[in-house]
Amino acid sequence: MRRDDPLRPLPPERFGFWEARHLLMRAGFGGTPTQVQALADLGLEGAVSALLDWDAVPEPPIEQGLFDPDIMQPPSAEQLAMGRRARQQGDQIVLDQLQQDRQRRQIQDRQQLDAIRKWWLARMIETARPLQERLVLMWHGHFTSGHREVEDSYLLFRQNEFFRRHAAGNFGDLARGIVRDPAMLKYLDNDRNVRRAPNENLARELMELFLLGEGRGYDEEDIKEAARALTGYGVADHEFRFARPAHDAGEKKILGRRGTFDGESLVDLLLAQPIAREWIALKLHRFLVSDLPVESSSPGRRAVEAIASSLARHRWELRPVLRQILSSAYFYDAANSLSVVKSPIDLIVGSTRSLSMPVRPLSVLLSAADLMGQSLLQPPTVKGWSGGRAWINTSTLFVRQNLLVYMITGIAPEGLDLPSDGAAYDPQVLVEALAATSVAPMGGTLGEVESILRFCIGPVPRPERLASIKEFLRDVGDRLDRDRRLALLCLVTAIPEYQLS
Amino acid sequence: MHDDHDTTPDMSREALPYSRRLFIRQGIALASLSATVPWFVQRSAGAAMLPEGSLVASRPGVREERVLVVVQLGGGNDGLNTVVPYGLDAYHRARPVLGLKPPKETGGALELDAARGLGLHPNLEGLKDLHDRGRLAILQGVGYPNPNRSHFTSMDIWHSASPTSRGRGGWLGRYFDHACAGRPEPEAGVAIGREAPLAMLGDETKPITFETEELFRWSGSDLHPLLAARYGEASRIGRLDGVPEDSQLAFLTRTALDAQVSSDRIRAAVAKPPLVRYPQGNLARQLQMVAAMIRDGLRTRVYYVSLGGFDTHAGQAGTHGNLLRQVGGSLQAFQADLEAQGNDGRVVTMVFSEFGRRVRQNASGGTDHGAAAPMFLVGSTIRPGVLGEHPSLEDLDDGDLRFGIDFRSVYAGLLEDWLDAPSAAVLGGTFRKASLLRT
Repeated sequence: MRRDDPLRPLPPERFGFWEARHLLMRAGFGGTPTQVQALADLGLEGAVSALLDWDAVPEPPIEQGLFDPDIMQPPSAEQLAMGRRARQQGDQIVLDQLQQDRQRRQIQDRQQLDAIRKWWLARMIETARPLQERLVLMWHGHFTSGHREVEDSYLLFRQNEFFRRHAAGNFGDLARGIVRDPAMLKYLDNDRNVRRAPNENLARELMELFLLGEGRGYDEEDIKEAARALTGYGVADHEFRFARPAHDAGEKKILGRRGTFDGESLVDLLLAQPIAREWIALKLHRFLVSDLPVESSSPGRRAVEAIASSLARHRWELRPVLRQILSSAYFYDAANSLSVVKSPIDLIVGSTRSLSMPVRPLSVLLSAADLMGQSLLQPPTVKGWSGGRAWINTSTLFVRQNLLVYMITGIAPEGLDLPSDGAAYDPQVLVEALAATSVAPMGGTLGEVESILRFCIGPVPRPERLASIKEFLRDVGDRLDRDRRLALLCLVTAIPEYQLS
Repeated sequence: MHDDHDTTPDMSREALPYSRRLFIRQGIALASLSATVPWFVQRSAGAAMLPEGSLVASRPGVREERVLVVVQLGGGNDGLNTVVPYGLDAYHRARPVLGLKPPKETGGALELDAARGLGLHPNLEGLKDLHDRGRLAILQGVGYPNPNRSHFTSMDIWHSASPTSRGRGGWLGRYFDHACAGRPEPEAGVAIGREAPLAMLGDETKPITFETEELFRWSGSDLHPLLAARYGEASRIGRLDGVPEDSQLAFLTRTALDAQVSSDRIRAAVAKPPLVRYPQGNLARQLQMVAAMIRDGLRTRVYYVSLGGFDTHAGQAGTHGNLLRQVGGSLQAFQADLEAQGNDGRVVTMVFSEFGRRVRQNASGGTDHGAAAPMFLVGSTIRPGVLGEHPSLEDLDDGDLRFGIDFRSVYAGLLEDWLDAPSAAVLGGTFRKASLLRT
């Protein structure tokens, strides 16, 4: 362990309540004061392991038959024949019936998509394995697929499960699996990529977005050749199907290498590029440490290089690399706090979990996420979500603050056609939990509001924020009850710092 | 509301008990501005109370009355089935299924220029009307050298106006930075949508962005007047001492201030009903809001709206037709609204997409990413008609149309002649400006 190792571990004695809070926010969705304290009590190694080695944590298995795989099942041979006959004979009645049947199934599938989105959001809110769920969300944003293009909700559910299985496994398995993933093959039109008419979509994004990064060490010819390697990778009956006759088995020249590449050997070739390790290291850094740009000379640059070499050393195994990042002094450095803009899902799930709020209707939370720019299972582009500052503009800032008012009070904002939610929230739970931690407040109302402020926006609030809650205390005549605490939380969660982690 | 008069300046006691007043909906007067807010906020908020007309030309040499509206068609609009070269055999050969028929045949293109064999997609009746009334300019074959066929890259190129150096922000953002140097103008740019478009991002200036105006305010203000006041203080700080300018916190603090200043003005503007009927659809809804803001005399110089879905790789015909019907109808209603307001002379609308599509249709009844394509300008002051030559369908660049007009010439023309800005400084290079306005 060298002193100049950018990822050298945090000295164990420096891991306390605030470090545990930081860890749980970045490697999970945050937690209650009690959960944070429990993590702090485990010490650095134990805390990181509690999050990362999730196989030890029991999680209810995903029910068989939870969702219907057959809603968008392609038509049977019999139905196809019926359609052909009807078209030949000009039988408009049968044609209309077939058309109506398709529309009915599409409506049904949209309903199932809603159900899957709710199921996933609920899982993130309730999970005992927060890091696993957080990584699933990250891989969904990286290897993006969306329902508008896939047109089959069940395939997206399966892809979600795939991400969950490999969340902290080997990145190579994720990358090789994604070129055989039915949702991805449909999303990027590879089910139409055949020898006689190659479609470059998947090949392009494999290089541009998934494995190398845009414009880094490849050109248009490489994309064309890589598309040939992926010909014949299609979908049949919801399963990956390799159509040998549609595959171009001839020699290709990709990144200067000649060979009869197929999908798997193409992925392996791309993963062997040093630039690929750096690309994924950047992604992990951005997701876990800071979403500010990494400058060429900054500690961030050196950390990314160290993560990249760690990925090489561990042959793309993610778990040891994640352990190294989450245990490093760099990860806990003050310069890296308030440096990630919470994603909308992070804001929703994190607020519900850490403030011990009742779970508001999932449909409302999901539409709020849409308004804030994060529609689960329908990212805006194949780039996923840009994240960072792109989450925030004048309007999404209002939506974020107003969502918190709704979550805290249960009252829907005016002008938004949402059900109000009667479930009462009493912040007293939070106050009592904070009192039982190692950072328990001094007595009195000021101690209590300061403690809430620190828990929500970080251990060292700016003087303006402290002044503001003191003003609030004066406003309320220095008395706190449930309504006043709710009002305080609305105010505290509207402070700009609350949008950051 | 009966106890409003109970409010006393004595803040040491609770004038309106929270337990009683909390969650009672009510209208709240704007919290008065304290002396500590940055001067430009005071000016902007104060300007709302000045008589109309005093907003205009507050800076010598800058024509503040002129407005540019940008309409983005996302996904790559198929230019060949928008402005249709129906007279060319090569067109029909390349598109045996998707090709549109000549105007005389049923379902054929709308006639634009019979001599040149050019028509408009049959669903573009709105544009055809604008064309016939001299309110439409069609710029043919617009693109740039070494076209990029990635959506993101090509869109970034159009937004940044630079094919090579990225990360410089957007061309309109740089225009704002230049035009408002040292005096950031919170309402200079308004984008309708979820994410602020790169084109509008400058170093100093960020656009106001919202999808629906009802949510463009803090709902916590409904809970209690004192809460609104505390929120106002926290949000109007704008700058925090000792916080680095490039930090996430500085960015958020600044955004919170922009949101406050703009919220009330904009909501007031779009609450008014339009003067004409708009068709259904998302683009029409956005343009209706823009027309309302123009009518209300916002200081906004550039509005940005967008419509997606043009990435028609498969089964293109129906989808594309529906999208174009929206485009034509919405632009027609928008122009009619501006004419009814008497503001049509102040507004130019520019329509673009990140690229056109391949000349040859693909095997899935769609078209793949291409290169050059037409742009549109709409307005009462633009030079109407078909500008430039239709690109050749024989002399192709790797299966794609070659561009005849560099889009930066169009930007240069709009910057120089419409917005009175030095285009070389904004675009980072000299481009021959296209002559776009009536002389």
